[in-house]
Amino acid sequence: MSLLDVEALHVRSADGRALISDVSFSIGAGARLGLIGESGSGKSLTALAVMGLLPAGMHASGSIVLDTGATPATEIVGAAERRLNGLRGRAMTIVFQEPLTALDPLARIGRQLAEPIARRRGLRGGALRRAVITALEEVRITDVDRVARAYPYEISGGQRQRVAIAMALACEPALLIADEPTTALDVTVQAEVLALLDALVSARGMALLFISHDLAVMAGISDRVVVLKDGHAVEAGAVRDIVTAPRHPYTRSLVAAARRLGGALDTLTRTAP
Amino acid sequence: MTAPILEARQVGFAYRGSPATLADVSIGVPAGRAVALVGESGAGKTTLLHLLLGLKRPTSGQVLFDGNVVEPRDRAWMRTFRRHVQTVFQDPYSSLDPRQRVDRIIAEPIHSLGLVRRGGSRAETAQRVAAALDVVGLPEDAARRYPHEFSGGQRQRIAIARAIVCEPRVLLADEPVSALDVSTRARIVDLLAELRDSRGLTIVMVSHDLAVVATLCSYTAVLERGRIVEQGDTAQVLGSPRHPYTRRLIAGVPRLP
Repeated sequence: MSLLDVEALHVRSADGRALISDVSFSIGAGARLGLIGESGSGKSLTALAVMGLLPAGMHASGSIVLDTGATPATEIVGAAERRLNGLRGRAMTIVFQEPLTALDPLARIGRQLAEPIARRRGLRGGALRRAVITALEEVRITDVDRVARAYPYEISGGQRQRVAIAMALACEPALLIADEPTTALDVTVQAEVLALLDALVSARGMALLFISHDLAVMAGISDRVVVLKDGHAVEAGAVRDIVTAPRHPYTRSLVAAARRLGGALDTLTRTAP
Repeated sequence: MTAPILEARQVGFAYRGSPATLADVSIGVPAGRAVALVGESGAGKTTLLHLLLGLKRPTSGQVLFDGNVVEPRDRAWMRTFRRHVQTVFQDPYSSLDPRQRVDRIIAEPIHSLGLVRRGGSRAETAQRVAAALDVVGLPEDAARRYPHEFSGGQRQRIAIARAIVCEPRVLLADEPVSALDVSTRARIVDLLAELRDSRGLTIVMVSHDLAVVATLCSYTAVLERGRIVEQGDTAQVLGSPRHPYTRRLIAGVPRLP
């Protein structure tokens, strides 16, 4: 039995258009799966369906079973909001592309981070403050005291995403969903945040569902990958096989475009001393 | 080496009461080449592009076009300048007026620059618009449609058609492909390369994407915190980077196995 089993997932819009059609995949405990595709392929919608967070009016059918071992296995599709609330944060959590959407602009970082930690671990006072500091240190924020007292607008985009990751990890979820978590970041910051995610996921034995449009980013963090196009899973397999020997014509065109764009840079930098 | 078509000489820029956004920036853009301004957010790339476009006045130093100082306050001069120097922005969703048909959007520079005589033939304008659409690879019937009917890549083609309709010599583009999917991105890069080669169009492109820069641009300037830390032929700058910041930028690019 896997941690997450998605079976024949369909999502329709309010006016009946098929947005996701017959998508199936599973993730074992501690495993890493990527969803790759271009805009409109349904990758973010799949993540929202797993979280039970589909926008009002959209209708999901099929099956999404989450079984963390700690809580009884739950069918997400059609589950009551109260049931889902018990799972979100604790069993599974999500980090979005834009960290500002995950942070309250009017609350200091320390206070925002304290909330899930207090709820999950029942800490207060000095112990809670120390746990917040530790959580910030874990995501390798250097000036912890300043960041803890800062409002979201007072810290950089990279720091905000680190804070969003710290909040996501505060409840020690079994499954972390990361939806384009580094797309809004500068390239050097992206590299740091990816390395951080990689290390934290390994250290905690979390399962990872990673969503990206960027094959190279995906290849660095994921083991297996599902290629989505217009809501259909067109190909699935080990990420290395997909980028070196894509079978489906769409995957082939995707890999070819990425290689062609990256080719000039590779040629230049390969000759570098 | 021929004189640059567009040049920044020891340019500085600061918003009132703020520390300098740009300090002592000098760069010459040779005619007919594609030049990249690279760096991370806050490095001053877009500010430099705005100075080169004459949208802002440098606090110190000068911007020159064909050896003449760009003077944003001189409207008549700017009109001639704008005829030769056009721009494309990053987001093809916010840079096109959603209430205008594509032909009116593309014809806008023709009207505002007075390139077709007042009361002059509509046919002449239509002809120019059709030619521009053809150059960017859009069908003729695109002219009568609205922006929302097009994908991101097609919209960026419309923005490029608008920029080249008055046959400018220089195209300044701010992250023109960052908002696009990878396959679309490759095709727009191809289009820009074709415009450079077939029309001798000079391109100055702001980009954080070194893969795109290596593909399109033969000259690269690297900005960090408002200063150019390294500039030269792209093969040199990216192939044998001298500055540690350039090396960090290159090392950060994710690679396919």
